[in-house]
Amino acid sequence: MFANHKYIAFETIVVKEVRRFTRIWLQTLVPPAITIGLYYLIFGNLIGRRIGEMGGYDYIDFIVPGLIMMAVIQNAYSNVSSSFFSNKFQRCVEEILVSPVPNYIILLGFVAGGMARGLAVGIIVTLMSFVFTSLSIEHVWLTILVVLLTAMVFSLAGFINALFANTFDDISIIPTFVLTPLIYLGGVFYSIELLPAAGQWVSALNPVLYMVNTFRFGILGSSDVNIYWALFMLVVFSAVLFAVALILLRRGTGLRH
Amino acid sequence: MSHADSQNAISIRNLRKTYANGHVALKGIDLDVKENDFFALLGPNGAGKSTIIGIISTLVNASDGTIKIFGKDVASHVYEAKQSLGVVPQEINFSQFEKVADIVMTQAGYYGLKGSLARERTEKYLKKLDLWDKRDNRSRMLSGGMKRRLMIARALVHEPRLLILDEPTAGVDIELRRSMWEFLQEINRNGTTIILTTHYLEEAESLCRNIAIIDHGQIVENTSMRALLGKLAMQTLVFDTVNDISTAPQFNDPEVKCQWIDSHSFEVTMSTDRDINALFTALNQQNVLIKSMRNKTNRLEELFLSRLNSR
Ligand SMILES: Nc1ncnc2c1ncn2[C@@H]1O[C@H](COP(=O)(O)OP(=O)(O)O)[C@@H](O)[C@H]1O
Ligand SMILES: [Mg+2]
Repeated sequence: MFANHKYIAFETIVVKEVRRFTRIWLQTLVPPAITIGLYYLIFGNLIGRRIGEMGGYDYIDFIVPGLIMMAVIQNAYSNVSSSFFSNKFQRCVEEILVSPVPNYIILLGFVAGGMARGLAVGIIVTLMSFVFTSLSIEHVWLTILVVLLTAMVFSLAGFINALFANTFDDISIIPTFVLTPLIYLGGVFYSIELLPAAGQWVSALNPVLYMVNTFRFGILGSSDVNIYWALFMLVVFSAVLFAVALILLRRGTGLRH
Repeated sequence: MSHADSQNAISIRNLRKTYANGHVALKGIDLDVKENDFFALLGPNGAGKSTIIGIISTLVNASDGTIKIFGKDVASHVYEAKQSLGVVPQEINFSQFEKVADIVMTQAGYYGLKGSLARERTEKYLKKLDLWDKRDNRSRMLSGGMKRRLMIARALVHEPRLLILDEPTAGVDIELRRSMWEFLQEINRNGTTIILTTHYLEEAESLCRNIAIIDHGQIVENTSMRALLGKLAMQTLVFDTVNDISTAPQFNDPEVKCQWIDSHSFEVTMSTDRDINALFTALNQQNVLIKSMRNKTNRLEELFLSRLNSR
């Protein structure tokens, strides 16, 4: 396939993915806005005033970056897992599989779709945060880079989830049992300084911690973790997940008998 | 690559498939279909037709064997091979939530067709398949026959040189079936090689020049339609007699089978190109007087089935 043909194929997948989540915006864009808005209101505004400071910032300022990140992660993941699984379920994934689109373009297309949803929700909840506090972004490029890498990592993870899934249950099990605990224990709501040594050590194994903290550093200018190390880890995670997804696609796991 | 390969639209060698559950669906298929042919792959349910098409279109992994499409190996030259292939699957496989035109447009995009060209082709094939009026409808609103036609339009949008249809007229009413046949004949005349699977012999008979019969994962016959018809062309004649008969008359020709029905009738089965006068001569000698004779309509289909059952 020629390079320009590949680009057209990529664009086709991305446009289709974006059209999908904007068409069903009531299911894709509104729920995270409501949930995160409630977090802002209850934890940030009402309870946060009593908590006082966290990691050297007002509690609302501390959790806003974490909550934005949470929204990005959940939405990037669920966009790809549910869209790709429903393509499998309805068998229309065969439309792509019989065509000459190379596997990496299929993967990039769906991942870009997931990133688009993650970013769209990220922007919505960022704009909403202005109602509760007025954050300025300290390191703009770093912030953007971290959001993009995080959205990519979880889009890839959602893709792999969808490859293995045989039922709709299979794409809600991982978010419930793996993703949610990782996010809630990943420093969205508290600084890991609060934890005892053992807790800090366990938290260091949680990839979400690096994403949340690097993002928070980008916005606030302070972080629990080493930024370069965190960025490096994000790149490694992306590369590993990308390779795994490609190998699975090549084998036809969950797609070809 | 030999020269012969390039004349073949598809060339299949030693194709085998054992599914994960251990079921052996294909037991070494060899098949060549010439460019511009209109080819039927005929066989009962479960014979392995869809498995072959699945492997050709890379939706099923082969256990062994090679497939070349216009000389390009599907495994090693996957992009070239796929570019010249269009597939209409047996089961509906488009999104139920998308609009008709979007489904075809998206498929065009997967083949690298740009916006204006994709739109042009989409319009062309939706019109040819009588779906242009439905272009803005969600696909789940279409009737069964329309869904089938939508899959044909989708398979043609990149104008493949080889079109494979897996039981395209299953569940399509007779009138629509005829118009689909005419359409397929037209694109075949314009240079598209067509392979279709079917278990309606009538369909293969009226459309196809060459035919392979598959049963239990093996090709049991691979010949021209005409030769097959000749081979299978048997007729059954029912005779009513004037006098009582207690047994079937005897013919000392092993190719002529005779069966007693009742005291005033019997039937004879033989090839259509046999001389009936010889029958009358033999009947006269046995003093069997014939009152009337009629041809029991001889469905080729029945013979086809008996042929498969006898294996
Ligand atoms: N995914 C599968 N797993 C196991 N067996 C299968 C699978 N798909 C088809 N088969 C079996 O393989 C045989 C051939 O099926 P198929 O190619 O669909 O036949 P046809 O299209 O000629 O009706 C059948 O016995 C069928 O039950
Ligand atoms: Mg079939």
